Amino acid sequence: MAMEVTQILLNAQSVDGKIRKHAEESLKQFHDQNLPGFLFSLSAELGNNDKPVESRKLAGLILKNALDAKEQLKKAELVQRWLSLDTTVKAQIKACLLQTLSSSSSDARSTASQVIAKIAGIELPHDQWPDLIRSLLSNMGGPQVQSPPHLKQATLETLGYLCEEVPPEVLTQEQVNSVLTAVVQGMNSSEGNNEVRLAATRALYNALGFAQTNFENDMERDYIMRVVCEGTQSSDMKIRQAAFECLVSISSTYYDKLASYMQDVFNITAKAVKEDEEPVALQAIEFWSTICDEEIEILEEYGGDFSGDSDVPCYYFIKQALPALVPMLLETLLKQDEDYDQDEGAWNLAMAGGTCLGLVARTVGDDIVPLVMPFVEENITKPDWRCREAATYAFGSILEGPSPDKLTPLVNRALGFMLNAMKDENNHVKDTTAWTLGRIFEFLPSASVGEPIITQANFPHTLSVLIESMKDAPNVAEKVCGALYFLAQGFEDMGSGSSPLSPFFQDIVQALIATAHRDDAGESRLRTSAYETLNEVVRCSSEETAPLVAQLVPVFLMELGQTLENQRLSSEEREKQNELQGLLCGCLQVIIQKLGSLESTKFVILQCADQMMALFLRVFACRNATVHEEAMLAIGALAYVTGPDFAKYMKDFYPYLEMGLQNFEEYQVCSITVGVVGDICRALDDKILPFCDGIMTQLLKNLSSNQLHRSVKPPIFSCFGDIALAIGENFDKYLIYAMPMLQSAAEVSSQPTSADDETIEYTNQLRNGILEAYSGIFQGFKNSPKTQALMTFAPLVLHFLESIYSEKDMDDTVTKAAVGVLGDLADTLGSSAAPLLRQSVFCKDFVEECLSSHDHLIKETAEWVQMTVSRVVSG
Amino acid sequence: MAPMERQPLKRCRISDQQKRRELALRRQSVNRRDSQLHARRLASALLDNSPPPQETLTLISQPEIQQEEIEELVVEESGEVSSHKGIDVLEASKLRGSKARHWFSKQLMLPEWMIDVPSRLSHDWYVLPRPAGKRCLVVSSNGTTVSRLRNGSILHHFPSSLPNGARIKDIAGPAHMYCILDCIFHEPDQTYYVIDMICWKGYSLYDCSSEFRFFWVNSKLTETGACDTPSFYHKYRFSLVPVYHCDQMGLQAAYEGNSPFSKDGLLFYNKHAHYHTGITPLALVWKDMNCSQYFLDTDSNGVIPAQQQVVLELKEDGKVGSSDDPSVVFSCLDRDFLQQKNLQPGALLRFAIGDGGLNIFDGKLDMADTNYIGKANRARVSADSYNKVLFQYLARRSPLRIEDLVASINSSQDGMDVVMEVSTYS
Repeated sequence: MAMEVTQILLNAQSVDGKIRKHAEESLKQFHDQNLPGFLFSLSAELGNNDKPVESRKLAGLILKNALDAKEQLKKAELVQRWLSLDTTVKAQIKACLLQTLSSSSSDARSTASQVIAKIAGIELPHDQWPDLIRSLLSNMGGPQVQSPPHLKQATLETLGYLCEEVPPEVLTQEQVNSVLTAVVQGMNSSEGNNEVRLAATRALYNALGFAQTNFENDMERDYIMRVVCEGTQSSDMKIRQAAFECLVSISSTYYDKLASYMQDVFNITAKAVKEDEEPVALQAIEFWSTICDEEIEILEEYGGDFSGDSDVPCYYFIKQALPALVPMLLETLLKQDEDYDQDEGAWNLAMAGGTCLGLVARTVGDDIVPLVMPFVEENITKPDWRCREAATYAFGSILEGPSPDKLTPLVNRALGFMLNAMKDENNHVKDTTAWTLGRIFEFLPSASVGEPIITQANFPHTLSVLIESMKDAPNVAEKVCGALYFLAQGFEDMGSGSSPLSPFFQDIVQALIATAHRDDAGESRLRTSAYETLNEVVRCSSEETAPLVAQLVPVFLMELGQTLENQRLSSEEREKQNELQGLLCGCLQVIIQKLGSLESTKFVILQCADQMMALFLRVFACRNATVHEEAMLAIGALAYVTGPDFAKYMKDFYPYLEMGLQNFEEYQVCSITVGVVGDICRALDDKILPFCDGIMTQLLKNLSSNQLHRSVKPPIFSCFGDIALAIGENFDKYLIYAMPMLQSAAEVSSQPTSADDETIEYTNQLRNGILEAYSGIFQGFKNSPKTQALMTFAPLVLHFLESIYSEKDMDDTVTKAAVGVLGDLADTLGSSAAPLLRQSVFCKDFVEECLSSHDHLIKETAEWVQMTVSRVVSG
Repeated sequence: MAPMERQPLKRCRISDQQKRRELALRRQSVNRRDSQLHARRLASALLDNSPPPQETLTLISQPEIQQEEIEELVVEESGEVSSHKGIDVLEASKLRGSKARHWFSKQLMLPEWMIDVPSRLSHDWYVLPRPAGKRCLVVSSNGTTVSRLRNGSILHHFPSSLPNGARIKDIAGPAHMYCILDCIFHEPDQTYYVIDMICWKGYSLYDCSSEFRFFWVNSKLTETGACDTPSFYHKYRFSLVPVYHCDQMGLQAAYEGNSPFSKDGLLFYNKHAHYHTGITPLALVWKDMNCSQYFLDTDSNGVIPAQQQVVLELKEDGKVGSSDDPSVVFSCLDRDFLQQKNLQPGALLRFAIGDGGLNIFDGKLDMADTNYIGKANRARVSADSYNKVLFQYLARRSPLRIEDLVASINSSQDGMDVVMEVSTYS
């Protein structure tokens, strides 16, 4: 058998497809017929030093894949399967794996350590494999017993992976201590073997999350920090890089413990940035970027106003390091790669330094300006393009953070220069200049600044430069579109009045359409950028240019129609065509919303609604299996404008609506479709009834599925409310299905959430969805003879309200929705709910609390609720 | 092992798609909120931009209406039951001129005249002294307050401390935060006496029992500064009218008790009745010489005519009848007479009740001795109700006296009810 396995595993990697396929089938057969035997054979293969390395590696890989999967549901299944496997077999497999760590083949060792970590990830949380840590640590040797370096290296690697797989609370403090001791010893400069030191340093990176207690202790922390800092001075580049990665991780996890090390760390990073190889230097910069992240977050959260009891104080490391840090970063700006602006994925020293400089500006604000401006002034006119580009980049980096008061005079002086620089001979300089102009418009929008940057006098020139530069190379043109995007955004709140943009609206739109149609618009994301900028220009346009926006409708309808003509396409062309359809549907969506919101132009949309709908349906049709998100959004906007007239499209549209609701894979599509169902409910009212069986069935299916992304569930509940409000008492036949779903979600969401912000936010979203469903259902049944059908559910709804009220962790949206449900319940059920409402003591407190809310919407709702409930209870 | 991907500063691109998604979500949630508000009969944002009602309405001349005329107007117009949901008030605020007058003239609840004492008076009814003055609807919205008389014309247009009744901080609010009060404006002390509440901060109270409405007006009005002495942003004082359970003590308090206003009879409200626009038997008015100086109708010179006068409507077939639906026919005019006087169907005509009086048989009017006087005052919008004619008729012959009311209460009271406390809402 064993002999056979080797051959099958080798065949499975054969270049001959037929042999490979046969081997894969044999493996599957073996797997299906005798799983324990199969897994053991694989571990034995991996552990056997006489076997070829190829078969050993594949054996380990298959073993690993039998324990873990990316997909959550599959993963849970595999975990259960492993746990239920015979203990003896598992013990044999694990023994084999541990044995493999001392193999002479580094591939086999490395594979084994990953498999061990996977098993540990399953078993340790279940209190199984208790001696794993001890046996691993025994591999490290001791004062008496010297362990071979390759065993130590493999063991450290295993410990690293293990820390990645296992949640910190699973290990005892004692285990953590001994793991850390082993790892830190492995990192120590006294360890002669660089492979061991590298493995130890990488292991520490993963183990840092376990070291909470150790970082509280000054001596232990000092020791760890010393070893990490020593690692940054290693002769081995990989060790230096790994050590800096540890420092980066420490800077975010243990920010508040860094004060006494900052001086040393600064010296180390400065040296690395100046002299070391790029991968190391990038990590050294990343350290400072991470400190910025921490301080920005602290300052945002506390608004810089620290009372004595705030537990996360800001140490102002960046502010203190500023005089040395800024010159160091400015230096990196001069180290640009040639042509990096064309390379999407590029990440080099100059980019990292510029990014860090931007973060530093956000952290310290005004203080950075005098440190950067001399560099800008000195370099911006130099003959070397690198100097001009670096100076421009430096200027652009500091536009977010410092106060408008500080920046405005500088920018006012620089604007003319920047506009001229759009004619620089160098592509990079123009690229960065356009980017800088965009940042000027973004962070110093005309409306918000006392002394506006863009005035009536310089506006025409500014626009003509931008429009001219849209004809430049794609990377430059793309940045120019971005600049125009923010320029338009600055005039957003002009409302119905006159916008300075209006006289130029036609020119801007024409230039953007011409740009989108350029032959090279596929490069540097130019086409997308042009259409999206067009969207923003339309969104921000004032009512006086609405007739011009209306003229765009036939243009885009024609363009969209053209994309549907040519159906014989290569897969690459098809992808491009899909993207273009998405962009055009996006533009139409924005236009529908703009024109539909104005009484004077609504008719434009109504006139061509038939034509639009026909095109959107064709977009769906040519995608076959999936529904286009953008077309779906556009249809939602259209339904809002057409109102009840949308009914005539429902028959043709419904199949795609259903298809969208079934799209679990692209959950954004599913989520958007659910939202569009809401739009249609409001547009059609009870005319949606004939489609409700299908829609409700699909929504209920979605909720019961484990595959659906959880973010879609709250909107589905809200959608129940939309449907119920539209079809009123006809919702009664869905009650027996919908109510239990709401009920169980309510139970989940009313349990106390210990957890992180993200969980709390999700819980509140879920509650909001449930409450919107209840509101819609109660409101829908108002004045219906079937109201009594809801009485059964009233106690549960009140119980839910009480439990979230007592949790005290509702956000304002949930509070408003919750108090509203109370009123809707009372309003619809009337006197039959009176005894129940009298018994629910919390109601009074809850309403009182809402009446004294600072949020006027909550207050307003609560006043209505108070009235409604008092009326019911007293009546 | 790889550290977190850091987004390069220069490639930090806008995602317009994400923005489109978010805007769509925002639109959806705003629309959902609007539907909910609509369902809760809070005003919808759709109506937020409706212009304030005073814009053209201030142009309307304020007709000088005699006290006597108002008295007649109060009781005479039959209210056709129009749609009266709270949301309509905002829509109505968009109406202009005569349309607005017409709409508002249909919005008051009009009591019948008490001809006989309802049973269970002490159990199911409230009694309140009725201030003498101009009955009006007071609407506060869009930072201003407008009072409209029974015929819909504007009495005052002023700032007040009612919610959204003036353009000052703390009082101004969104457009849908309007209030509608049923008031009597009492000239001598320039005060609006609130006898009922119809909408409060946009929440409709039409479908609430009077028990609840009185409770609500009592607890909410004082929370605002509406009852304070007048000031620059609060031109007229509002005041509550004491409401009593209609037991012996309550009736006595309402009838004899001191009040800051001159009384014009008593109002009786059935506790369970909703606010019903137009004439309703669930609200009653009663008066005698002691509690009203307008016990018997006066003519336009303020003199009590020797014979009772009534205003009746001329029908197609020459019959003349009351404003009730169906109309109660008093008599029939012959064709020659109509031609001679040039009277068209629909005309409102004034008659005197002759010595023959009203013959009532089995609770119905059998015959009436009516003598034609002439056309009614042009300000009249409709004929008298049968009920009013009958009350005035009885008032001249065998009026329903306060003693009759007390006797009715005493006869229905068992021991338990005697302990009922006088409840006052003031």
